[in-house]
This record gives sequence, C-alpha cells and structure tokens, in this order.
Amino acid sequence: MATRKIPARLAVRKTLKMYSGGAFIRSESGRVLPLSAGKGEPVVNVPEASRKDLRNAVVAARKAQTGWAGRTAFNQSQILYRAAEMLEGRRESFIARLAATGGRKADETARREVDLAIDVLVGYAGWPDKIGQVFGGTNPVAAPFFNITSPEALGVVGIVAPATPPLLGLVASIAPVIAGGNTCVVLLPAEASLIGLELGEVLATSDLPGGVVNLLSAPQAGTLAHLAGHADVDGLLATAITAEDHREIETLGAETLKRIVVLPEAPGMDQAPADIVSPYRMLSFLEMKTAWHPIGV
Amino acid sequence: MSGIESVRPSPTVDRVATDARAAAFTTRSIKKEAKRSGLELVISMMDLTTLEGADTPGRVRELCAKAKQPMVQAPCPPVAAVCVYPTLVPVARQELSGTGIQVAAVATYFPSGQATLQERLDEVRRAVEAGADEIDMVISRGAYLRGDLGFVYDEIASTREACGEAHLKVILETGELQTYDRVRRASDIAIAAGAHFIKTSTGKVSPAATMPVTLVMLEAIRDHYLRTGEKIGMKPAGGIRTAKQALHYLVMVKETLGDAWLTPDLFRFGASSLLNDVLMQLEKLRTGHYQSARYFSLG
Repeated sequence: MATRKIPARLAVRKTLKMYSGGAFIRSESGRVLPLSAGKGEPVVNVPEASRKDLRNAVVAARKAQTGWAGRTAFNQSQILYRAAEMLEGRRESFIARLAATGGRKADETARREVDLAIDVLVGYAGWPDKIGQVFGGTNPVAAPFFNITSPEALGVVGIVAPATPPLLGLVASIAPVIAGGNTCVVLLPAEASLIGLELGEVLATSDLPGGVVNLLSAPQAGTLAHLAGHADVDGLLATAITAEDHREIETLGAETLKRIVVLPEAPGMDQAPADIVSPYRMLSFLEMKTAWHPIGV
Repeated sequence: MSGIESVRPSPTVDRVATDARAAAFTTRSIKKEAKRSGLELVISMMDLTTLEGADTPGRVRELCAKAKQPMVQAPCPPVAAVCVYPTLVPVARQELSGTGIQVAAVATYFPSGQATLQERLDEVRRAVEAGADEIDMVISRGAYLRGDLGFVYDEIASTREACGEAHLKVILETGELQTYDRVRRASDIAIAAGAHFIKTSTGKVSPAATMPVTLVMLEAIRDHYLRTGEKIGMKPAGGIRTAKQALHYLVMVKETLGDAWLTPDLFRFGASSLLNDVLMQLEKLRTGHYQSARYFSLG
C-alpha cells in the first residue's frame, strides 16, 4: 500500500477585532495598525479606532446603561465573577501573550499579572450589593422626615487605559466603573491593544450585556479629545497620561461638567489584590441620591 | 370615462432594480456646509407628529412650542407642520396661528380607516372646520386588497371634495400593500383622484417608510409630472429616525424629481424622534462636540 503523505496543517490565523456594542467589529475607517506580537511572532494588525467608532461606542454605552444599572446588584456580582471565571479559563493564553509582548517566555511576571487581574475581578464582584450600605444610609434631620441617601450610577464613563501593565491596568480601570452600574467606552493605547482586545473575548462570554464595556484599540490622534468633549459622556477615568493630555481633557470636559479622575499610575505588580480593590474607586463614578420621606404627624 | 376607468394602466416595478437603486442613494457622503443646509432643510420639511391615544392638550401645546422653536442653543428654522388627531386640532390651531406653521390632522378614521365612508367624510369636514390646513387620510386597504380599486378611487375623490381649501395627503399604508406593484398602482390612483400629497404610512404598521417604497412613489409622481406638468408632493412617514436617513431621502428626491421638489410645499417628513437627532447633528457641526439627547427638549 502506497503511503499517503499528510499535508502540513494550515494555520488558523486570528483577526483581532474591537469589542463594541456587544459585537466584534473592525474599525469603521478600515484602518489597522501593524503591531509586533513579540519577538519571533508574526506582525498582527490591530484596528485603529476612529472618531466615528468612538461615537458609535458611546451610543451603544448610553443605550446599555439603564438596563445594566437596573440589574439587581446580585446579578451584577454574578456577571463580574463570571468574567473572572472566563479569564481563569484562558489563563495560559493570556500568560503567553503577556510574556511574548514583553519579548519573554511565559514567566513569573506574566503569571502574577494574570492572577492579580483575576483576583481584582473577583474582588469587585463582591461590591455591587454592598456599596449602597457603605456609602448610603439614613441621615439625621431636624424635621419629621425620614431622610435616606443611596448611591446611583453616574452614567457613561470614558476610560483611558494605561499602557502597562496592560491586563491588570485595564481590569483595574473597568471593574470599579461597571460594578457601580456604569457603562464604559475604553481607549486602549496601541501597546495594550493586543491584550485589551483579547479581554473583549472574555467579557463577551461573561453574560455582560452588549454595550456595557466597549473596547476601542489604537485610537487615532484626536480621539481622546472627542471623548473628553462628548456631551453624552458623564465621567472620564484616565491613568498615566501626559500633562498635556490631562490639561486638554480637563478643558474640554469642563464644558459639560464631566467628572474627571486622573490617576498618576497604574496599580503595581507588587500590590496585593486587597490593596487594588477599593470601594473608593467606585465612589468616583457614583451619584448620591437623597430622598426625604414624610413620617409621623 | 370617469372614476377608476380614467386612471391609466401602471407600469410594473422591477423589485431588484428598485432595491438596488434605493440602496445606491445611501452611499453619498455629505459633510460640513452641505450637511448643515441639508439638515436645516429637513427641519423645515418636517411634520412634527404626535398620534397617541394618550395625547392631551398639554402634550400638543408642548409639541407646538417645539415646532415654533426647535432648539434654544442656536437659531433654527421652524418645522413645516404639526400633525395631530382631529380632536386636538383646535389646540394646535390656537398655538400656531400667525406662525406660518400648518396644522395637519389625520382623519378618515386613522389609522385603520375601518368605518363607513359617510363617517369618514364627516370626520374630515369637522377637522377642516376646526382649523386644519392639511388632512392626512388613509385609504381602505381592505378594499384595495380585495380588488375594489374603484372604491379606493372614489373615497379619495370624495375626501378631496370634503377637504375644501385644505390640502389632502393620501396615506397608502405601504406596509399592508405588500408589493411594489400595488404601491405603484395605489400611487397612480391617489394622484388621479386628486391627492396633493401621497404619503407612505401611518407609522402604526411595520414596515413603515422604506427607501425603495418611497422611490416607487416618487417615480409615480415623476411620471405624472412629465405627462401633465402637475407637481404632486411626497411624504414618507414612520421609521425615519436619524439625520443620516433623512439626508439619504433628500438625495433620492433630488435625483428622482430634481431641485423643484426640495421644498416643504412638495416634500415632507412625517416624524417625531427625527427632529432631536437632526438638532444634535446641527449642534455637533456648530460646536465640534458630539451631543447628548439630554440637552434637547422633548417634543
């Protein structure tokens, strides 16, 4: 019997896409940015988010916001925890990608970053049903009223993710924002795009409703200014940006009274999850609602 | 010859070619100054509409205020008309007198049209008496679909008569006619029976206005114009929610009928949520920033 030569298997190449409005999309502009996925790895084309991609993402985030904030706190917790489960399931893939981006083999640093990112998600998964008890409460008033305060979601939040550490920095930005019932539009710096877009695949399989997290990769110049000037964006969280960008977003954001939080640096890899997860991160994007209810008489 | 016998045979419509032609109008890129003047034209062509069971005089007054001054941020033209149920015509009349904004009333037992001709004509006369400048009638789709085209012709002709001075818009409810050939035939009948405007839909049936259906109707208007020199108006209604869609319609009108139809006298948009989207786009052009719906009044 003649031996049949088995042909070499064709590689299944993956097209990385942005995660926006619950769908995986290419940039509306059709542009891509070629990025090296690491030493010896092939170059990967990452979509370059345009101004219009940003606009569409904000529309999706606005549409999803009421529904997401209206979910029960318990359900929000479950979904955040499920995101941690999904990330845990793809642990090895993230470790390999993180290490390769740094030009290394899978190593302790990459492992530690993935572990921390998962733990941060689990940490924030515990907060949706407790945040009201910590920051809300009854207020003593000198009148026959029952006076209560409870925190509510701010709305749509723009996020500028740090370039490093790409996974931990991104998760630590997104988790507190969505745990408070907000939806977000995230600008991923080019360096963090590969990891960020892969995280989109994790979020898409976590029962997170479409539009709650929108990830835009390698934004074109000027996109940040449009995010800061967008009247339908209520808050802005930026980590490790230049002083020039900081000035620009404060100026543009002032017109619509945007709540702007700029963190000097991303969480460090030497921190414990308990140091990174904090209800005060959530507080930045919560609104306090106080109600007066007549009693007695 | 009188009545339906006087209506010339209608050409058949090529569905695939119509869909393709309509889709071709959506690929134009209109920016900056052209976009701004296009959007202002859209506003001036708008029939701002509220047709809900829950409509109150207060709601209609709110809509009239919006019609007169669509936004406060910057100067902006008023809309063409306010469209309401006949019982609310007096309220709209009072709010809009002296403004040049028309009061349109849906009549003839809108949206179903299921009543005797006598009752339907009475409603038209009462709406005109109450001060309506324009009447939006519905045709009897039941009669049309059972093949009684003569009945449809006669009801349009008698409604036109009942309108007196008021302008008549004839709603074909194309979503219920199902084929482009029927839309074309119904358009020809409505035009022959004396419609000033032909209108796609009530907005209560899905699909409402679509670009191919509107194109078929525009072609009926064009053929009538080429034969007689008479200009009939067109009003797509329902389902047009974004400024971009509205601009696509304007492109289609310009390329099918020409500049002469780009006026509120011959083209209208029946819409309720379209206005705020157009205003948001205008503000974006003026300020350079994307806008939020919360800075625009309801209406």
